[in-house]
Amino acid sequence: MVLVPTAYAPSSNNKTSSWRTTKPVIDYGKCTRCMICWKFCPDVAIGVTQGMNLEFPNERFAKMEAPYIDYDYCKGCGICANECPFDAIDMVQESEM
Amino acid sequence: MRNMNKNWNIMTGNEAVALATKLAGVRFVSAYPITPQTAIVEKIAEMVANEKMDAKFIEVESEHSAMASVMGSELAGVRSFTASSSHGILYMHEMLNWVAGMRLPILMAVVNRSIGPPWNIWADHSDTMIQRDTGWMQLYGESNQEAMDTIILGYKLAEHKDILLPIMVMQDAFTLSHTSEPVEIRDEMVVREFLGDLNLPFKIDTNRPMGYGSLMPPDGPFMELKMDMKKSMYSAVDRFVEITKEFNDLFDANFPGPVEGFMMEDADYALITLGSISSTAKYVVRNLRNQGKKVGLLRILLYRPFPKDLVISYLRGLKGFGVVDRSSTYGPYGSLYMDVISSIYGKLEIPAANFVAGLGGRDVRVKDFEEMFTKIMEGEEGEIWINVGVK
Amino acid sequence: MPFSIPKEEYMMSGHTACAGCGATLAMRYVMKAMGEKTVVTVPASCWAVIPGNYPNTALKVPFIYTPFASTGATISGIREALNEEGKEDYNVVGFAGDGGTADIGLQALSAAMERGHNVFYIMYDNEAYMNTGIQRSSSTPYGAWTTTTPVGKDRVYKKENKKVVADMMMAQKVPYVATASIAFPEDLIKKIQNAKKVKGPKFIQILSPCPPGWYFNSENTVKIARLAVETRIFPLYEYIEGKFTLYKNPNPLPVEKYLEIQGRFGHLSTEEIQKIQENVNKRWEELLDREKGKVIT
Ligand SMILES: Cc1ncc(C[n+]2csc(CCOP(=O)(O)OP(=O)(O)O)c2C)c(N)n1
Ligand code: SF4
Ligand code: SF4
Ligand code: SF4
Ligand SMILES: [Mg+2]
Repeated sequence: MVLVPTAYAPSSNNKTSSWRTTKPVIDYGKCTRCMICWKFCPDVAIGVTQGMNLEFPNERFAKMEAPYIDYDYCKGCGICANECPFDAIDMVQESEM
Repeated sequence: MRNMNKNWNIMTGNEAVALATKLAGVRFVSAYPITPQTAIVEKIAEMVANEKMDAKFIEVESEHSAMASVMGSELAGVRSFTASSSHGILYMHEMLNWVAGMRLPILMAVVNRSIGPPWNIWADHSDTMIQRDTGWMQLYGESNQEAMDTIILGYKLAEHKDILLPIMVMQDAFTLSHTSEPVEIRDEMVVREFLGDLNLPFKIDTNRPMGYGSLMPPDGPFMELKMDMKKSMYSAVDRFVEITKEFNDLFDANFPGPVEGFMMEDADYALITLGSISSTAKYVVRNLRNQGKKVGLLRILLYRPFPKDLVISYLRGLKGFGVVDRSSTYGPYGSLYMDVISSIYGKLEIPAANFVAGLGGRDVRVKDFEEMFTKIMEGEEGEIWINVGVK
Repeated sequence: MPFSIPKEEYMMSGHTACAGCGATLAMRYVMKAMGEKTVVTVPASCWAVIPGNYPNTALKVPFIYTPFASTGATISGIREALNEEGKEDYNVVGFAGDGGTADIGLQALSAAMERGHNVFYIMYDNEAYMNTGIQRSSSTPYGAWTTTTPVGKDRVYKKENKKVVADMMMAQKVPYVATASIAFPEDLIKKIQNAKKVKGPKFIQILSPCPPGWYFNSENTVKIARLAVETRIFPLYEYIEGKFTLYKNPNPLPVEKYLEIQGRFGHLSTEEIQKIQENVNKRWEELLDREKGKVIT
């Protein structure tokens, strides 16, 4: 077989958490599960979760799917915090190493 | 050999090439017109339009795009073809390298033509000599029969699973491309069997998503990939010998293989040539033999990979030889000469001259070859331009 | 309903785009609309680097790297060969930057569109050559700083207007042409779904802000893309088989709103900003005329 320049491994093998200087933290007590943050994440670092016993603003949101930040990939760009219509995401300084 | 249609016809080199693409089961053709190649793709377009050939033909807007589109089609797993000449080949230089690095066994037919300025549409090999280091194999023919056979053999070689490199097959402008000769048309069914279907192991498949040609840092297998290309290419010399034998048996043909030795057995002096001027050279060799001079001719068909061991075996025992370069390149000597000399370095010590001849379609006449033989028999060396001086 | 765009992801995490990259959002949305039976071709550009080093790949579909000028031609060959193989159902997508589209690749693009292959050509427009470090392209707007239009003593920022490739594609009567923005993913995805119904070539230009290239903080990528539409700097339109529709925002914001948060425009004087506003107004009128069916010259 000849060697061919074909790449086959998922880029998710590459963790990008060290790129971050600030990190987004969701206040689930304010989060209305609108998924706008999920929609605008360029790093596909916001997933969707259910049944994790998270806080919620009121019972109506208790059973809904919620956003969940994967800190292995979040680069801390801040788009999610900026776009969240409910101010439910805070960008907090990563602790100094 | 088995029962098949033996079918002869009178045709030009361009017609032989076009017909060969049909015989070879080419299914995608993309090209851009340039003299003297144009007639090839016109003929293919006509065959496709009249349903004599089952292929998709697209006429693109440049040679760069011609090569880019056959890259795409070949990656999709479809046997692909393009043809060009001269400035067209230069225009696709970037794509030539890319296609080779992608390991795509594309075949391009080339009608060798000079490079301007000044504009000149006649035969010389500068256009493809300039591309000798792109990772493409190169095969130079001498006759219209070879124009047809090199297409069939070219696909067989390029698509070999241990080679997977593109190949250019050459014929000289006008002397072959526009001149009619009798050609035996190879039996289509047998050609198809000989070639089989293209089986590209890494073709585009959404069930197997891959990145084709991704970024590679110095610690990635960049050098390994380049080394593998070189290794694969150089394994092609022996492969070509085998494939030629298979072809000759199958078609009762006498295709020479990587090189052709003409009256070389007991020769003391020889010329080394490429392409159609070899026919004139052979005529001169025969005449000189009749005068008792022990001369011969070594014709190189497979120029990339350069068949160095075969060349050494033919040159061993000579008292002198000359290499005819029909191209303008700007190394210390012509490119064919340098390849020959570096191949024999440390193995043979024979005086050798480098003749530059036939640029821009300039005739290489009987008396020119006689002059070349005289010079090598007198022990001349260095670069000697033949038939120059504006009259 | 919380999910306004398809949930399925075809672009993976771990890619190496800068934080807040608009071009990456463009790819993410385009792929959501295309689906798994898709082949993507990318020329030299940021997107040739974003998937990361070998052996990584960032899309869950075949991804072909091609030389800078050749996107239009490469997708032509892929399309026709896939058809020969009976794979008409594959989407064949070229995904190229503004340099690879408006400049070096324009010839191959125009020719591919003219030949009429059933392909998508997506231009992610970050308005300069970002991969090589922010040099002007013909798609860089008037007034912008780049490294080759520097703001020195002589203030030689870009003095020429943006070449709008989507407008050129309409002039060429490409069956489907649209502009889209990463700030409006629902609209972007809808447009691709509309485009899928058109057999033949399709061209979509997506404004894709670039934090390092435009000099803004990465959290503002979506905001700036939205402002580009709200100020009418980057009008959104769709052109399907000759019918032109303009997205009309009734209360446009002044262009300053868009310009002031980007460092690349930081040097502009009030007069220069005024000139930009006038150009935007004029172009808007032209687009309205086009919608009314008036001939644009
Ligand atoms: C023929 C050729 N010339 C120049 C380059 C260098 N080059 C690589 S990417 C690039 C700019 C790409 O700009 P654009 O298409 O806008 O994409 P972006 O990087 O902004 O995403 C240039 C000039 C190249 N790869 N090939
Ligand atoms: S955008 Fe804000 S409110 Fe909406 S899901 Fe994300 S965190 Fe919750
Ligand atoms: S900060 Fe950026 S990368 Fe991190 S989750 Fe938010 S949008 Fe995604
Ligand atoms: S330079 Fe701009 S376009 Fe390129 S990866 Fe970074 S943010 Fe994206
Ligand atoms: Mg760009």
